[in-house]
Amino acid sequence: MASAPSNFSLRLRSALGPSHVSVDPAICSEYAVDEITPSAVAKPASAEQAAEIVRFAALEKLALIPCGHRTKLQIGMPPSRYDIALDMTGLNQIAHYDPGDLTVSVDAGANFNDLAVPLYKQKQFLPLSVPFYFESTMGGIIASGVDSSLRHSYGTARDFLIGAEFIDGTGRLCKSGGRVVKNVTGYDLHKLLIGSLGTLAVITRLNFRTFPAAPASRGFVLSFRTPDDALAFINLVERSPLRPASVDLVSPQLMQLFLEAENNSAEVPAAPLQGKFAADSCHLCVSVEGNPEVCERASREFARIAAIPDAKLPELITLNEAEGADLWHDLGQSIPLLLETSPLAAIFKISLLPSRLASLLEHLRMLSDQASLPHAFLARACSVVYFALLPPPDDSGSRYRLAEAAAAIFSLCSAENASATLPWCPAALKREVNIWGFDFAARASNSARNEASRRSSSSTPVPSSAAASNCSELTLLRRLKSAFDPQNLFAPGRFLP
Amino acid sequence: MHSGLLRDLEKLLGSSSVLFQPEDVLLYEYDGSVEKGRPDMVVFPTTTQEVSQIVKLAAKHIVPIVGRGAGTGLSGGALARTGGVMIVFARMNRILSIDPENQRAVVQPGVVNYDLTLAAEPYGLYFAPDPSSQKSCTIGGNVAENAGGPHTLAYGVTTNHVTALELVLPDGEIVRVGSAQGDALGYDLTGLLVGSEGTLALVTEITVKLSPRPEAVKTLLAVFDSVDDAAETVVDVTARAIIPAACEMLDGWTLRVVEDFVHAGFPRDSAAVLLLEVEGLAEAVAAQAAAITEVCNIHHAREVRLARDNAERELLWKGRKNAFGALGRLAPSNYVLDGVIPRTKLPQTLRHIREVGARYGFDICNIFHAGDGNLHPIVLYDPRDKGQFERAMQASAEIIRYCVEVGGALTGEHGIGMEKSELMPLLFSDADFDLMRRVHDAFNPNCSLNPGKIFPLSKGCGEIRVRSHAQSSPHASSS
Repeated sequence: MASAPSNFSLRLRSALGPSHVSVDPAICSEYAVDEITPSAVAKPASAEQAAEIVRFAALEKLALIPCGHRTKLQIGMPPSRYDIALDMTGLNQIAHYDPGDLTVSVDAGANFNDLAVPLYKQKQFLPLSVPFYFESTMGGIIASGVDSSLRHSYGTARDFLIGAEFIDGTGRLCKSGGRVVKNVTGYDLHKLLIGSLGTLAVITRLNFRTFPAAPASRGFVLSFRTPDDALAFINLVERSPLRPASVDLVSPQLMQLFLEAENNSAEVPAAPLQGKFAADSCHLCVSVEGNPEVCERASREFARIAAIPDAKLPELITLNEAEGADLWHDLGQSIPLLLETSPLAAIFKISLLPSRLASLLEHLRMLSDQASLPHAFLARACSVVYFALLPPPDDSGSRYRLAEAAAAIFSLCSAENASATLPWCPAALKREVNIWGFDFAARASNSARNEASRRSSSSTPVPSSAAASNCSELTLLRRLKSAFDPQNLFAPGRFLP
Repeated sequence: MHSGLLRDLEKLLGSSSVLFQPEDVLLYEYDGSVEKGRPDMVVFPTTTQEVSQIVKLAAKHIVPIVGRGAGTGLSGGALARTGGVMIVFARMNRILSIDPENQRAVVQPGVVNYDLTLAAEPYGLYFAPDPSSQKSCTIGGNVAENAGGPHTLAYGVTTNHVTALELVLPDGEIVRVGSAQGDALGYDLTGLLVGSEGTLALVTEITVKLSPRPEAVKTLLAVFDSVDDAAETVVDVTARAIIPAACEMLDGWTLRVVEDFVHAGFPRDSAAVLLLEVEGLAEAVAAQAAAITEVCNIHHAREVRLARDNAERELLWKGRKNAFGALGRLAPSNYVLDGVIPRTKLPQTLRHIREVGARYGFDICNIFHAGDGNLHPIVLYDPRDKGQFERAMQASAEIIRYCVEVGGALTGEHGIGMEKSELMPLLFSDADFDLMRRVHDAFNPNCSLNPGKIFPLSKGCGEIRVRSHAQSSPHASSS
């Protein structure tokens, strides 16, 4: 960035050694975020060295963005400043793994797969088969706040991240939580790091509770004419004694993409899914875990529920083990697939109460039709919808329609009490749309003004209008950001403007 | 005494909602711990607006505030360490809504934990966090302390079941954080607030998840002739990937006194019992119960008994949940620890506790959540003997230090409060405290809310002066 001091890179290089700092423009461009390129890439070999870089940045008033393998760096608003990319992949060890305690402590730069293998050997796992997991670092998974299908039964990272070590904005190594599964010693600061996009601290190590792998699992796919029919069926399942591990509703367009991706794959698919699924149907994918008797019971329950007249006679598709593995892999990697399909894709993440899902899906469909934009969705655990608008690559007028549709979707979600963000979209769209939703953006700028006036005059009366009380959560978020990162060094502008 | 503030509070709430006579406020200087801290005034608001007004009045008069639920806490968290106004949420005890379809409830902070479960029962739902005090403790208190309970082994602690909060900040502002659905937009403020021990904000409304009742439950009582065998069984159950819904241990001292009190059927001549529960689909439960029985037998269980019906199951749990009360039969007073350790360290830690007890000349009972490594050693002592109290505290601190040495932490579910604040440097560095302090100040910059908690006195609010009549932490002088 032009605003950075011209020769800081060289000073950083001499402080850390040339092997840890690169100023090569070609390398720096690989670390661009929303088309903004840093002046240097620093790759520390230890947490202490990472802290040294943060202290350097603090001293020189430089902005840095911590990263791993950069698979999810497009999430967030464009950085307002970006001088140093802090590549954490040099910190990649498993610090402790205590299978008997069902806990693991891992460096932020370690690959998910490098952790999954030793866990697998002990018949354990982490329920984090998130988008891009095969090339993701643990730090990136936590900082980006992504989830997996297993959130239905295992929750999200906030339910099994039990501690963390990180560097605050003053360049000091800090920690919270610990390596025990139950702990109320001190504030749960590590929970704040989940989804923080590197704006609060540089994560150096993460402690997780691990889970024993179930001895058996079984996948069920049910085909429905409409999303409403599928959701009615889920209601019947919820009222049964079954507690599925995952429940994903796949739109016809997304299922079509799974099948096309399989066709285009250079590798011969282990188990062709083609012919199993009707292209115009909604598919409900449910997995059940337990012992073989539990899986058998689940088969009986699904057959029983399918026979209930209200169940709209779904087609129950039985997959063999290889087919099931393929489908659940596709489900986990829907986001990368959508992004690959349409480089201009705008993918919303919408959280809501299950009872509002049917109405929201119907409204979303109408909005995308009005905008003449193809769409696809994945509804996960009946409480999170990944909704993608997919402009064709050759559609030159799509950007304007995309921006309008995005505004309409944020407005719809606000009316439906759903919280929406736009984690994945082209950088150009972020010039017209705040990816945190316009409600949020408006409140954030109000909150900034209020906070400024609070600081400038302690006698300023606290506004008592409804608008003012809306400001308050944002005010707290802003104060927290300052508490962690007083000089606003970390990923400035990516979350709070 | 702050007479101006008293007048203002009586004007706001009416005189029947404000206590200030020494004999009245005396009742609020205790909780379930050995700590004391007497408030100057106790108020009973009925609405969030009243809480906000009280907080504003206290701020105007520069008087500290502390929130309190039922006062069952075990770390001095809800005591007025520096005096001031205590806000008791007993009259904010309404369940505002139950939404069975979405498995949510919205409650005021004074709702008793078990009352929510009773209200949700017609829908086949319940509130999963189940501290032993669940029939009297409030959900507001559960939120402040991030309370646990026996069944948190499988279902998680309070924080895993809270999705949104309404807060009153120390300047009286009312803020909502989180959402009914639960996914945070931005930083997880709800996750930070739960377990912050009332030091960041007062919680005036809570949105919680309700859980569906499982199809089947089996409760097993495994009887052992040695504590080591019982402890090894717990380690082995975890190692074999069996996650029971609950896994509780009572040692010989405890089970005998509980048996005399509750008649739960614990064999009086045994050295330890494990109370294990498995829940889920009937098929899963049958297999898990069989697997647990096998592990118990490998580790020389004298007997593994399966509760035949609900009545027997409830009796066994009554024995567990009333154990603390029953211990009053053994000694005039006791001190309950809450250390938490990696589960594989259980046998050696129990041996260490025995050794510490012998060295200090105390009987130390153990009744605890073995499955998640959350220990509750209970040091029996006579408070009339000042020397005994001091020694009991020293023995306790030694046990907690050992928990930290083996990779554990100071507290699993009771909180730091004023009881363990001076032990915090065992785990946290100056950098950690500085950051925690900055986070604290982002919410509570003047330390007007629950001062003197969590942080060691030397690292907390600079202006804190612990008053002479409010007894300071027993650890303060010894550490």
